[in-house]
Amino acid sequence: MTRTVPLVIAFLAGITMIIQFFIPHQFSVDFLAWMNRWALIILGFATLIGLISLIKINWSKVMKKSSNWGFSIVTLIAIFTTLFIGFVWGKEDGSPIQFEYDYVMMPMQATMFSLLAFYIVSASFRTFRARTPEATLLLAGAIVVMFGMVPIGKYIWGDIPGFAQWILDVPNMASKRGIMIGVALGSISMSLKIILGIERNWLGGSD
Amino acid sequence: MNFWDKLTKIDRRYIFIVVAIGVLMPYLFPMNLPVDITRKVAAIYDYVEALPEHAKPVLVSLDFDPSTAPELAPMTTAFVQHCFRRNIPVVAMTLHPQGPGLAQGIMARVAADMGKVYGEDWVFLGFKAGGSIVIRTIGEDIRQAFPQDYYNNPLDSNTLMMSVTNYKDFSLVISFSGSQIPMSWIAFAHEQYGANVATGLTAVMAADFYPYLQTGQLVGLIAGLKGAAEYESLVDTRLGHSAEVQKLALEGDKTAQKEAQLLLSTRSTSATRGMDAQSIIHMIVIFFIIVANISYFFSLRAQKQEGRK
Repeated sequence: MTRTVPLVIAFLAGITMIIQFFIPHQFSVDFLAWMNRWALIILGFATLIGLISLIKINWSKVMKKSSNWGFSIVTLIAIFTTLFIGFVWGKEDGSPIQFEYDYVMMPMQATMFSLLAFYIVSASFRTFRARTPEATLLLAGAIVVMFGMVPIGKYIWGDIPGFAQWILDVPNMASKRGIMIGVALGSISMSLKIILGIERNWLGGSD
Repeated sequence: MNFWDKLTKIDRRYIFIVVAIGVLMPYLFPMNLPVDITRKVAAIYDYVEALPEHAKPVLVSLDFDPSTAPELAPMTTAFVQHCFRRNIPVVAMTLHPQGPGLAQGIMARVAADMGKVYGEDWVFLGFKAGGSIVIRTIGEDIRQAFPQDYYNNPLDSNTLMMSVTNYKDFSLVISFSGSQIPMSWIAFAHEQYGANVATGLTAVMAADFYPYLQTGQLVGLIAGLKGAAEYESLVDTRLGHSAEVQKLALEGDKTAQKEAQLLLSTRSTSATRGMDAQSIIHMIVIFFIIVANISYFFSLRAQKQEGRK
């Protein structure tokens, strides 16, 4: 029962949504609006379940003193502090939660992302080698695009920005289209497998 | 271990120091390199320019978080400024759970700088979970996705929202994002509901979206800090910072002085300034790649020679 009912819901929802897409009748449009409302409500609950699950996992880690349980304490403190100040003082401009966002979250995330620049340079130095003709081609292409994407490029060679754009517009676009078509076909195939109940991993647990 | 081997295995902390200096130097000694305008950025600018004043609002979705804000916030700021300058109302929203704080900050600051009134000239809808579902719901009725604005006011209590039902009531939909969210805007807002869609992306994401630009599914594309600098530069040119207004102001024209003061106080140049640092960093990366390859080849040759012995 716990597996059959979700499979039937997935099948019916999937098939009706596919049919709906091709029918421009008002009934079909209303049905879409109705389904969208359902989806939004389910997503709201999914977010809540995500939050509860996050708290449960971290709480259990702290209780069991699992590896790196200190980080779980930080996570729990952050969750409850944010919830508390959000519920008590609201979210308006100048509120404590906006302060927390501006002066805790933003600098932390910006710092994490900025560190990437350092690691990218270091990783390029260690791994970007012209070992094969293909790697050499990739290397040359990367250098041209990197120069073409910054103003200093045109001072080195006036045609670099145009050449970089050509690389992006022609070889890059051709390969991207190929990948995109492949991904789309894969997505259709996976969706059909889920709708028809062939793929059941999303149900979780074992058969 | 010979010199080339040592160079290949250089301590990464030296590389970090060079990168840190490379980032800091342009801020201490700005180079002010001029930015060339590309077609994909100019297309968005021209589209907004072609809209009549007080046109239908523009839907701006700030689908990013603080990690990508250094690239995306400057282009969002420049775009919203452009709309406000042309008296085109802006409806802002976000599909990123960490987006509301950032979006509210940008919108409130730009609106305050330019004397725009909340509810009349701009509205902020906040965040709604669901990604593509939200995009599809807006296509039917925006009130189903956002019954209230971010400040818990009923949507229709904002004068601006009274005439808005779905995508037909927007001049343009633009998503600023560091993820695949704009793909959903194209697939649903444009393909299913016929909205004109544009996007602003981080540089690494841009290559994924060129095919949509070429097919005309996107009005235009602002890519990375360079794209943001281009848009800033376009808005700057239109506002006449560098030309007539400043000239008249210097000649003592009181109106021009006032206008110049206002223009300069609301001027956004963070991306343009950042481009100097990005230029230097790109050069450093290329320098290290070339050095690494030279040392690799010499090191390989030395190993072969030793093998023969």
